[in-house]
Amino acid sequence: MSKQPAIQLKNITKVFGKVIANKNVNLTAYRGEILSILGENGSGKTTLMNMISGIYFPDEGQIFIDGEEAVIASPKDAFTYKIGMIHQHFKLVDVFSAAENIVLGLNDGKYNLKESTAKIKDISEQYGFELEPEKKIYTMSVSEKQTVEIIKVLYRGADILILDEPTAVLTPQETEKLFAILRRMRDDGKCIIIITHKLHEVLSLSDKVAVLRKGEYVGTVNTAETNETELTEMMVGKKISLNIQRDEPIAPQDRLCVKNISCVDRIGTTVLDNISFTAKSGEILGIAGIAGSGQRELLESIAGLQQLTSGEITYHDPKTNKVENLRDKTPMQIRNLGVRLSFVPEDRLGMGLVGNMDIVDNMMLRSYRKGFSMFLERKKPKDLAEHIIDDLEVVTPSASTPVRRLSGGNVQKVLVGREIASSPTVLMAAYPVRGLDINSSYMIYNLLNEQKKKGVAVIFVGEDLDVLLELCDKIMVIGSGRITGIVDGRTATKEEIGLLMTKTAHDEEVNNG
Amino acid sequence: MAKDKIIKSTREPLFHVVKRDDLAWWQAWGIRVVTILFSFVIVGLLCVLVADKSFGDSFDIMFTGVFGRLFEGNTTMLWKYLQEIAILLSLSLALTPAFKMKFWNCGAEGQALMGGLATIICMLEFGDKLSYGTLVTVIVITSIVAGAIWGLIPAIFKALFNTNETLFTLMMNYIATQIIAYYVYIKGGGSNVINPVEYGNFPTIGGNDYFVNIVTVAVITVVMYIYLKFSKQGYEISVVGESQNTARYIGINVKKVIIRTMLISGALCGVTGMLLVAGKDHSINVNSVGGQGFTAILMSWLGQFNPFIMVVMTAIVVFLRLGVAKVADTALLNSSYSEIMVGIVILMLVGCEFFIHYAIKFKHKKEVA
Repeated sequence: MSKQPAIQLKNITKVFGKVIANKNVNLTAYRGEILSILGENGSGKTTLMNMISGIYFPDEGQIFIDGEEAVIASPKDAFTYKIGMIHQHFKLVDVFSAAENIVLGLNDGKYNLKESTAKIKDISEQYGFELEPEKKIYTMSVSEKQTVEIIKVLYRGADILILDEPTAVLTPQETEKLFAILRRMRDDGKCIIIITHKLHEVLSLSDKVAVLRKGEYVGTVNTAETNETELTEMMVGKKISLNIQRDEPIAPQDRLCVKNISCVDRIGTTVLDNISFTAKSGEILGIAGIAGSGQRELLESIAGLQQLTSGEITYHDPKTNKVENLRDKTPMQIRNLGVRLSFVPEDRLGMGLVGNMDIVDNMMLRSYRKGFSMFLERKKPKDLAEHIIDDLEVVTPSASTPVRRLSGGNVQKVLVGREIASSPTVLMAAYPVRGLDINSSYMIYNLLNEQKKKGVAVIFVGEDLDVLLELCDKIMVIGSGRITGIVDGRTATKEEIGLLMTKTAHDEEVNNG
Repeated sequence: MAKDKIIKSTREPLFHVVKRDDLAWWQAWGIRVVTILFSFVIVGLLCVLVADKSFGDSFDIMFTGVFGRLFEGNTTMLWKYLQEIAILLSLSLALTPAFKMKFWNCGAEGQALMGGLATIICMLEFGDKLSYGTLVTVIVITSIVAGAIWGLIPAIFKALFNTNETLFTLMMNYIATQIIAYYVYIKGGGSNVINPVEYGNFPTIGGNDYFVNIVTVAVITVVMYIYLKFSKQGYEISVVGESQNTARYIGINVKKVIIRTMLISGALCGVTGMLLVAGKDHSINVNSVGGQGFTAILMSWLGQFNPFIMVVMTAIVVFLRLGVAKVADTALLNSSYSEIMVGIVILMLVGCEFFIHYAIKFKHKKEVA
């Protein structure tokens, strides 16, 4: 056989406290092949790869590289085995140039940036990267930074490359480019392992798919001989339907009008620039855009957590028909106006919930002030907690378990459950399914749909364009704090949105002029 | 294969550290109790080595040093012991709300001194002018206000300018110490000592001088427990401490909570200063608090911000401090000896937390049958 096994894992086990991250995993990756590691969040994909790249040390089991047993106790050891990992969160020095970052920490006795730059250019040409070695990291886009990370490991001679969720931060166009490069590297005889939970990427890119479920190895299949349904079944352990329902909005009315709002961050950079839109009752308004384009600031502005420099936000009360101005009001004042605004923030444990508090105390966050007593009333929050645990199938030892001990999906159920419990008229959710398993994700979509049916104006900030296109009535795309387009969720295409996401102010001027 | 083949590591690491959070509460406390016992053994052994006493004798001296002739019905020493616990506990309780808010108040020393200063001023200036009842009322109010102000100043700077509260409160200690030094210098008339004042002393109840102090602190302990656990303000303190972002998100005025909590913390330190001056020393000097404001920081932590666990922790530390001091006394060692022993025990207690949160694995199982 022409293909040799590059890495073999035998009975790898890793335990964190009570959590079994990997249990008896056996896996083989060959040279000249792209292997996808597929699994839901929390299934142990990243932990497994971290053991290959020397970040963790396995509790049990062996790793073989090219047939020889290897002990990888540090990332440095990993490099001696020519293993390079590209992490989900980049580890680059912002004020250094690409070339400086690439040679950083490489102790080969000489520091010759000119030579290195030439070598970087060679690598770029060989595989088709587009990179300016002199460019500083802080001026780069996310995809450029990723390129730097990949070249960094290639520069060190890696021939086993591990990429952790490389497409999570990329637009569809950038993803295609990356895939082309990865295919070229495969043809060059390298062993490529990519961690992902996106099925269509697995199918379009990889030669083989290894599936993990709850830390255990389920099996490896040839991509050519499988399909989405089979892979989902392997991942989840049972059959589930992958369709999100989308009803027609019933009698939509203006609920929240945002007019020409702008705001700047602490150092004076414009983060929101002249944003205007209307969220209607009974509709789901999706917000798409590259991460960090102003999504967070936009929702926080509405929630009263951001100081605006201009514009206005008005709320149309469905009961009294009064119009309330929300600008420059604190969250407390907004609530006192009778505006029932619920907000599921992106940072669940750092903003929406308190990780060290139990579910009951987290329920109280919204309601503890009620009444004149000096003391807390824990009866109602306790009932609500138990109600949510039952209704949303939250897996927890009890209602008095600190929420940080729950898994991501259950944390989110607690948060969304609490926000929905106050029967909102506007519901904002930022990346509500990030890090959730498929079942929990679909439960969240259903909850949003239920709210839509009740006539709530739902604002949904998402990252998975397929989901946005299936769920939302309207999709607003923002780029660098500006609206680059608002499209109909039923007719728009992924490519269209991808283009809008990368459209800059400059393009607009060219088009207009 | 590559030409420049590098030597690859094949030797396994000797051990690796693994996180664990599967300990039941009784296992965690088991580790702590074993650590305390173990640290007592170390203290005993050091007494054998340094103080030249036998192991049993050391503990014998310690016990009589703390409890006196308790078994013969003499409770004088016991009350003294309880009084010492009360002062340290009171300071620990005062720091706890601030710590729960993750506001590192290292200024208990200064805040207590200011409360003590207010007390001694009232005693000296109004002692012969006001009735006893009025005098005590004025003492209570002024000492609370003085301590609260000393806590308020760093809180305002933290809330408005986000200054570092650790350094700020620490510096406030030195200012307080200097103010006391100055006051003692004026009033002491060159001898730098203020003779015990007879006015405004807390009453002797049941033949016991420290009754008021002990009962006051016992009440504060219970009230603090309830305040932190069951009141809305206590809840706000926890939320602000855990995550200021969450606090803002649900509409808590973070600045207000910081200032309010430090007022409480400072005020309680002021009360402790009052207990020291009016209930015990009837005088003041720069060492009146004697570093207990710093020990209290550790007591609050080791008590995991739970007032009742703090009672146990302070009882252990005060026992060692008084007991070892007695050993040092009989062996003609100076007072630093007991401080060193207390330091060793506290260090071991802090260190044992590592073994509660992490396990060390030596064996690496390769093949699974």
